[in-house]
Amino acid sequence: MLTSRKATSPQSATSSVALLIGTRKGAFILRSDRSHRTWKLTAPMFLGHIVHHLMLDPRDRRTMLMAASTGHLGPTIFRSTDLGKTWKETNTPPAFPKVPEGQKGRVVDHVFWLTPGHPSEPGLWYAGTSPQGLFRSNDGGVTWKPFSYINDDPQYREWMGTVQDGTPDGPKLHSILIDPRDPRHLYFAMSGGGVHESVDGGRTWTPIVQGLEVVEGFNTDNITFHDPHCVRLCPTNPDRLYQQNHCGIYRRDRSEGRWIRIGKSMPNKVGDIGFPMVLHPRDPDTVWVFPMDGSTVWPRVSPGGKPAAYITRNAGKTWTRQDKGFPRANAWWTVKRQAMTADAHEPVGLYLGTTSGEVWASRTGGTSWTCMARHLPEIYSVEAAGL
Amino acid sequence: MTVHIPSALRSYTKQKGEIEAEGQTLAEVMSALDRRYPGLCFRIITEQDTIRRHIRIFVNEEQARDLSVALQPEDQIHIICALSGG
Repeated sequence: MLTSRKATSPQSATSSVALLIGTRKGAFILRSDRSHRTWKLTAPMFLGHIVHHLMLDPRDRRTMLMAASTGHLGPTIFRSTDLGKTWKETNTPPAFPKVPEGQKGRVVDHVFWLTPGHPSEPGLWYAGTSPQGLFRSNDGGVTWKPFSYINDDPQYREWMGTVQDGTPDGPKLHSILIDPRDPRHLYFAMSGGGVHESVDGGRTWTPIVQGLEVVEGFNTDNITFHDPHCVRLCPTNPDRLYQQNHCGIYRRDRSEGRWIRIGKSMPNKVGDIGFPMVLHPRDPDTVWVFPMDGSTVWPRVSPGGKPAAYITRNAGKTWTRQDKGFPRANAWWTVKRQAMTADAHEPVGLYLGTTSGEVWASRTGGTSWTCMARHLPEIYSVEAAGL
Repeated sequence: MTVHIPSALRSYTKQKGEIEAEGQTLAEVMSALDRRYPGLCFRIITEQDTIRRHIRIFVNEEQARDLSVALQPEDQIHIICALSGG
């Protein structure tokens, strides 16, 4: 069913944008006026909760899901059907099956990633958790069940590794992607554990890691060692994926069947390590990254304390630095994998949230940046919702 | 018996700090609480029926390590959010 391709038309220049911001201490919405010149920040929602992801359902533009937990309390998902005015908790949050007495079962620590389903499947959502688990809701996020076989499959469990094999606050399943042409064509990624593709609605999955490097010269055939940070699918060329990986920036065209490292053309002193990956809504050759210092002990800050986005307009052949408006020095923050995004306007609006609690925006596709909010808690995610 | 609810969980109990509940074991009391206040139990008990890492449950000042603890009608149960940093 991979036949039709529909271009995304630019959103009206006079429509407002809402930035849905998940932070270590609650969620916020930063809403623009129609000209995008003035922005208003809401009061915190669920203050004190760790909010990894906050998403609007683009199919009804009213339902929002929020992946939340606290330092003490277990993970859950809150749900709003009125654009965040009121919230109810999901009836059954994502959870692994209970194992028989005497066996050690897995426990969801937090829900990390939320993806609304295909436009032809209203009410369907996917969630990725830490430790790695894939879950699905068929009723708009009211109830959740494990999805597919991977959560309990011995081979996938081996690739997932233990809770010590992932990122500092736990290994994560993320980047759940749906082909806009076919709801049965799916991808997900695991840190660590590689990138995986299904063409039969999750009945079977195949690792797609050919061409990717792994750290310290380990065997690239071992899926466990692969650490994708963020994978994105081109809306207007769904056969093309881009990836910010632990080991660099990559592009994969399905016809070629392998990842090509496109980050080697980044400046040597900056490198091609980072977390977020942002795609142009209409041009499959244009993407943005936000490099960070991945040297020595992985400081996870902007290289040299000088933050900058980098853009390629030719699918990774060349990169251009975009730092106008950002601090020129002594800015020791970075941007997490879910905390940089684009809107659908022309020119494209870009938005990012920093680990130091600032929100920055560019109305000009990254050529200049403005700080729109300061002093928020550490920002985990930013999503742009057209209203 | 009386179950003392910490402030972090009172959004589930309509801000009540003390709840009367019945059950032969801690597991039964937790199930009863969850029937009355849906969602509460999963915030403190995992899907493997273990007490979450930063939650402590005391029965008459004795820390319960699991949910099999037998209870008496006059018992006092305290749910505590342990220090979890940051």
